Amino acid sequence: MKYTVDENGFYGRFGGSYIPEMLYPNVEELRQNYLLIMQEPDFQEEMQSLLKDYVGRPTPLYFAKRLSEKYNTNIYLKREDLNHTGAHKINNTVGQVLMAKRLGKKRIIAETGAGQHGVATATVCALMGLECIVYMGEVDIQRQAPNVARMKMLGATVVPATSGSKTLKDATNEAIRDWINNPEDTYYIIGSVVGPHPYPDMVARFQSVISEEIKAQLKEKTGSENPDYVVACVGGGSNAAGAFYHYLDTPEVKLVAVEAAGLGIDSGESAATSVLGREGIIHGSRTLLMQTEDGQVTEPYSISAGLDYPGVGPLHAHLHQSGRAIFESITDDEALQAVLELTRLEGIIPALESAHALAALGRIGAKPDETIVVNLSGRGDKDLNTYLDRFELHGK
Amino acid sequence: MENRIKTLFVQKPQELLSVYFTAGYPNLEDTVPTILELERNGVDLIEIGMPFSDPLADGPTIQQSSEVALRNGMTIPKLFEQLKDIRQQTQIPLVLMGYLNPVMQYGVEKFCSEASEIGIDGIILPDLPLADYVREYKGLFEQHHLSMVFLITPQTTEQRIREIDSHTDGFIYMVSSASVTGGTNGNAVANTDYFQRVSQMGLQNPGIIGFGIHNHETFTEACNHASGAIIGSAFIKALAQEGSLQQNIQTFIQSIKQEA
Repeated sequence: MKYTVDENGFYGRFGGSYIPEMLYPNVEELRQNYLLIMQEPDFQEEMQSLLKDYVGRPTPLYFAKRLSEKYNTNIYLKREDLNHTGAHKINNTVGQVLMAKRLGKKRIIAETGAGQHGVATATVCALMGLECIVYMGEVDIQRQAPNVARMKMLGATVVPATSGSKTLKDATNEAIRDWINNPEDTYYIIGSVVGPHPYPDMVARFQSVISEEIKAQLKEKTGSENPDYVVACVGGGSNAAGAFYHYLDTPEVKLVAVEAAGLGIDSGESAATSVLGREGIIHGSRTLLMQTEDGQVTEPYSISAGLDYPGVGPLHAHLHQSGRAIFESITDDEALQAVLELTRLEGIIPALESAHALAALGRIGAKPDETIVVNLSGRGDKDLNTYLDRFELHGK
Repeated sequence: MENRIKTLFVQKPQELLSVYFTAGYPNLEDTVPTILELERNGVDLIEIGMPFSDPLADGPTIQQSSEVALRNGMTIPKLFEQLKDIRQQTQIPLVLMGYLNPVMQYGVEKFCSEASEIGIDGIILPDLPLADYVREYKGLFEQHHLSMVFLITPQTTEQRIREIDSHTDGFIYMVSSASVTGGTNGNAVANTDYFQRVSQMGLQNPGIIGFGIHNHETFTEACNHASGAIIGSAFIKALAQEGSLQQNIQTFIQSIKQEA
């Protein structure tokens, strides 16, 4: 297992646990217990039952016929957009809320950017009757009003992060500070494969149900469990981690990680961390990070609020550095084109994040007899205002 | 080579007042005048904050001072330039406090070597884990005669406190209660069980209590349980008052040392 985490919490040179002492007991408690708890039969039983009957798993693996014709290859879509709450995020929050319960925690905190992870957290907290506090950048609260409304409807308290750039990285800082201030009763549900060890590994494991299902479903449809390519978008990288997970040690399956180029790599308005980042420390993890020469974290940009994170999960930094994954970057305009393309060819409106993965289809150069699985991580309901504006569909 | 931190604790084992401020705050060139004025007012040890964009362990006051300092143009090279002649002006023990990333980008070895050359005595990097320090950096810090100061909290186990104690030779920074800096989770010095537990452990390093110490009362109380106390956020707030830097510092330090 060359690409999974080692006993010290590292993926190659990335990962680790760079946290102040105030967080050490909490993170250590989790590190010592997460694998044991995940292996407990009653934990697995409760989680599997919720994933099936509550989340709606397994999600379909859909052969996209017209899209395949257009690219002259065989394209399957892993329909994470059909999960309850509209994205893959809930795979992780179901797992982590059960983890929190096993650890005896009563109060759940989370960070959110676009609001998908916040909604998925508020949802499982409502289900379990747990107090839920979601930190969200003040700027994002204004940009993502429908998801703020959903969280409130679900009984969560949404706390604006007013520090720094008032977006995802600052919401994460505020959630971490909350955890420092409340070390006994609080559990922090991180939404991506970021943060101090064991979070990146734990979140990847909870999301790995995606590639576990892809393998079985593809085998049933094509006779082989291995596609030629698995394609997923990467912000922090949780849906990609889940889609890649069971293929990490199968080198004949090419992994394609798609980052947001924003207005273009060289525009100064981008979120393509693998291109623009250098090794550094963010949110407790050593990884690739967009920063100034002096080591101050910079604010990324993408039209997609779920991809504008200045770092990337340490697993992905390792996949990039080792060459195991191919990294592509897609601009706002290319992603928007891909939204329209999928909508009109297949009748599926994808999330802006997932559209970045779709937009990479033209770059891959797959042959007619090859197979591509694209992880369709979320649906586009939350992005409809952007779509109506950009496609000039208002009033038509 | 003389270790100013060790000498300080020998000469003054009690009621030691340590003050933290953010370099380059409120104005870029205030760093050196602040150090000199603190010394003139009888402060024993100074922690110079190196501002970072994402200070995880800090509350709103130090976050804001860091933002201002960064906007003012504070960087590690700028700070080292400001401090290059500081040892011709004062012998007060100086500790640099910041986050790991800017130091890593500057280069840890270069950072240690230049800090040592300036006459810095100790370093606090709250997000550098003990295990990583011991594995990768301890030799480097020792070679440059820099004391690495670690934090402990009420939740830190005895075993871990002993481990920390064995790897440092300056002092132990006792975080008063579970909080970020400037925290107001009740009385900062109410946790007497914790302070007693630590003082009875017979550690080789002295302890200073920090986080939430903000006035004469909390300072005195903290000094009853440890060798001294660290004041950060309350001092930063004082610097934001109307009036000259010198006046603000004098008024604040006097208010700490004696009841108003």
